Amino acid sequence: MKRASRLSLGVFAALSIAASAASAEAIRIAFIDPLSGPFAATGVNGLHQYEFAAEELVNKAGGVLGGKTFEIVPFDNQTSPKESLIQLQVAIDQGIRFIVQGNSSGVANAITEAVDKHNRRNPDSRVLFLNYSAVDPALTNDKCNFWHFRFDAHADIKMDALTDVIAANDAIKKVYVIGQDYSFGKAVADGATAMLAEKRPDIEIVGNELHPIGKVKDFTPYARKIVASGADAVITGNWGTDMLGLGKSILENGFTGPIFTYYAAADGITAAFGAAGDGSLRLVSEGAINPPASERMSAYVTAFKAKYPDGNVSQPRIANTVEMLAKAIEAAGTADDVVAVGKALEGMKHESIWGGELYMRPEDHQLIQDVHIFKHTKDGVVFDYDNSGYGLVVESTVKNASADIATTCQMERP
Amino acid sequence: MDLVLVNLIDGLVTGLLLFMLSSGLTLIFSMMGVLNFAHASFYMLGAYFAYQISKSVGFWPGLLIAPLIVGVLGALVERYGLRRVHKYGHVPELIFTFGLALLIEEIVQFFWGRAQVPFLAPEALNFALFSISGNAIPAYKVFMIFISMAIFIGLLLVLTKSRVGLIIQAALSHPQTVETLGHNVPLIFMGVFGVGTALAGVAGVIAGPVLGTFPGMAIVLGSIVFVTIVVGGLGSLWGALVASLLIGWVTTFAASYNVGMMDVLTGLGFTPPEDLSESLFRDIWSLTLPQVGPILPYLLMVMVLVFRPYGLFGKRDV
Repeated sequence: MKRASRLSLGVFAALSIAASAASAEAIRIAFIDPLSGPFAATGVNGLHQYEFAAEELVNKAGGVLGGKTFEIVPFDNQTSPKESLIQLQVAIDQGIRFIVQGNSSGVANAITEAVDKHNRRNPDSRVLFLNYSAVDPALTNDKCNFWHFRFDAHADIKMDALTDVIAANDAIKKVYVIGQDYSFGKAVADGATAMLAEKRPDIEIVGNELHPIGKVKDFTPYARKIVASGADAVITGNWGTDMLGLGKSILENGFTGPIFTYYAAADGITAAFGAAGDGSLRLVSEGAINPPASERMSAYVTAFKAKYPDGNVSQPRIANTVEMLAKAIEAAGTADDVVAVGKALEGMKHESIWGGELYMRPEDHQLIQDVHIFKHTKDGVVFDYDNSGYGLVVESTVKNASADIATTCQMERP
Repeated sequence: MDLVLVNLIDGLVTGLLLFMLSSGLTLIFSMMGVLNFAHASFYMLGAYFAYQISKSVGFWPGLLIAPLIVGVLGALVERYGLRRVHKYGHVPELIFTFGLALLIEEIVQFFWGRAQVPFLAPEALNFALFSISGNAIPAYKVFMIFISMAIFIGLLLVLTKSRVGLIIQAALSHPQTVETLGHNVPLIFMGVFGVGTALAGVAGVIAGPVLGTFPGMAIVLGSIVFVTIVVGGLGSLWGALVASLLIGWVTTFAASYNVGMMDVLTGLGFTPPEDLSESLFRDIWSLTLPQVGPILPYLLMVMVLVFRPYGLFGKRDV
């Protein structure tokens, strides 16, 4: 027994030495997101996109700083803020300097606070937090700090683009807002009512309602109310099965107007909507894959699908995050001094692989980028989702969306 | 007024779907005295099997084959699982079915992934049959109503008119006596368990395209099915039917009408606080019926347990 454990200890030590030797030249990036539990599908798909982006966009191009490669190190946080902080500490203890996370604003809030504290107390082992998906506006407003960079458009920017499109459509006179009963659902509802009242005072909000999150078996009664209200359009921030259930019920109930959503695509949702969603479903997001922006982009997505046939390039911003980090490290000339890397990221302009120019706003570290309104359809889809033949095609684009949006951020710089 | 009619139809669909699950469960419960926690998991299996079959041969063969497979699986579980655990008492049985539910969920995730699968209603039923003041009633929902009605009538006839049904009824209340009379009671138990799970399978097949086919579908429906059989009374088919319809209509109507606590309380003569956002009872004042809708069935169960512990149609205590 004793010998066995000593032997295994020896093997372990040998292995870890080998592992650290192999990655001596690698710049490690900690990926802290759910890899088990109910949201694992999203997390695992995100991890694949990171690993692929690092390999394809950085390592194959010769790495950074004369040959250093990117290595993505996954940490499972089970979507729990508490677990995330433990994993964050583990990552920092392993000497990792770059943290990426995206699923759930609750987790992002916890991480950004912890990173800020850690960096103040430990100037020798500072880290950068690259948030690629958590869209709570507070992260780049009241809660902003120098170490946090957001690569997704936040909820208000998306709502701004969405309400621009609605305001330009004279056929829309009545709007129904429905969402899940929690902070994000409420933020979407508040944003929608406030911005519509400002841009199109004549639009009537015929319904503004929150339903229990993940508890509704059958959305038919909600769909009946929406149709009975005479709404011309629906706005919802629902995701997951709540999105699918609500959307399908509304469509089955004979609703033909547009349904404006944040998250009605990929992870099985596109395939499940299929023909039913054609013509009605809209989605607001960054990063367009249909129509392809360039040869380079087409090759990238094709290669991803070849490696992960069941996966989707559902978060184009991941490629932006990886490319901009590589560029910043190159510009700073170091991957160890994160202050220099952070300063290089600030104000960086970058030509996105998905088309359009990206600009990391120095005031609040919010990435300013093109935001698109997509249509769920079959026509003009080069790269589909869920291998269903259906996908998202750009319907309209807001260039450099909300580039001048106000921020309450008062950043302290090191 | 038109909306009332639409809601009646929607509630009927939900209720009948619940009935298909609860009818099997209530028979199994009264027979073995054990809650089958895995019952809703068989419902999920039905949906996934039918999805797999529909990919190659279409929806209609799936409607027949999937419940058969689920029923056989259920019978096997009874024969080689539950029956062995049975001699150790009810608690091990309970734990066994609980573990089975977890196992089935993991297996489903292993084979079909964690995301929702695109299980769609057949093309032939993909149209609005009629509409009531702008609210379309899909043909598929009417089809659901007919299937569940047919199953209810069939079950009722078998249980009350046929010889097999009489033996089952006798075995439910007096298993020893029936065994002494020369009937193979374990076989009857296995048969009932198989048929019960097959019914859950049918429910899964026809509900999958409407409510979505995903690994959480068993959990979403599971608890409400237990509520149904407790409210209806254990072992009573009529009770299961009435309770299912009741719960179907209660949840549908609750979600449909935005009656707020504000209206109720002011109607009762209370005056709302001046500044609602500062009030201690803010949450009570801002509550609406759709928000409390999902807990109404549980409230109903508590009421039934307090005032009529054997359920609406039951003959013995829970």
